[in-house]
Amino acid sequence: METVINMALLTLLAVVTVAMVVQRSLLSVVILASIYSFLMASVMIVLDAVDVALTEASVGAAVSTVLLLATLHLTKTREDMPRHGRALPLLLSLAVGGMLVWGTLVLPPFGTANAPIHQHVAPRYINDVMAETGVPNIVTAVLADYRSFDTLGETTVIFIAGIGVMLLLGGLRRQSSEEGAPEDPS
Amino acid sequence: MMFAGAAAALLVAFALAALRAIKGPTVFDRALAGNTVGSLAILLLAVFGFLTGRPEFLDIALTYGLLNLIGTLAVLKFFRHGDLAYDADEGKEP
Repeated sequence: METVINMALLTLLAVVTVAMVVQRSLLSVVILASIYSFLMASVMIVLDAVDVALTEASVGAAVSTVLLLATLHLTKTREDMPRHGRALPLLLSLAVGGMLVWGTLVLPPFGTANAPIHQHVAPRYINDVMAETGVPNIVTAVLADYRSFDTLGETTVIFIAGIGVMLLLGGLRRQSSEEGAPEDPS
Repeated sequence: MMFAGAAAALLVAFALAALRAIKGPTVFDRALAGNTVGSLAILLLAVFGFLTGRPEFLDIALTYGLLNLIGTLAVLKFFRHGDLAYDADEGKEP
């Protein structure tokens, strides 16, 4: 049953992706992208990755919808026809996709217990996490203790990205409101 | 068995909502279909939890409900005003 649900959801994902490529109205593309995110989150739930599903739903369906709509406010809501040929981009994306599929061929089967990822540092996390950190939740201990510098770097990147978005959207709005009201000298 | 049937019905509903979102023809059809897909994701989460005998993740469905509302509201507000930060009182003298 899980396989059937996964196959149905992944087929729908492919259909929605093709529709996003074909669709020229960017507002519709934003809505289709939000649908894509909810479908992807459902796939993650079926794959038993609930935390990833929650991130996908909050980032993909809520935050990026709002950010994309705010960007649409600054641009046109209709996509132009491409000026150059489409053969090269299509070939490039097919090649990259083919290489990714080729890379998955040597991966161990889904859910294998003795895959390298379960043998490397995971046993130490599971066995020694209470003695070394005192945090009862292993995922929290890994993110905030073993990989705290990594998490600090990620937080810095997200902080800088947030500042960039605020400057782009807020700065442009101030400029346009100044142009809109030239009779006000203050 | 009952939950498997419910999951199959949900998948059919997913396909119908996605079809409506793709065919359109207006933005409202697509916004409604997007909202429907969000609600169906909540239902699938619940049904799948009981299907596999582990309904512990039911709380996450609440978060999905909130997220779904934000996305739909943002789309509709943009469609109505062309601006997410629209404020009806903006620019008026106090």
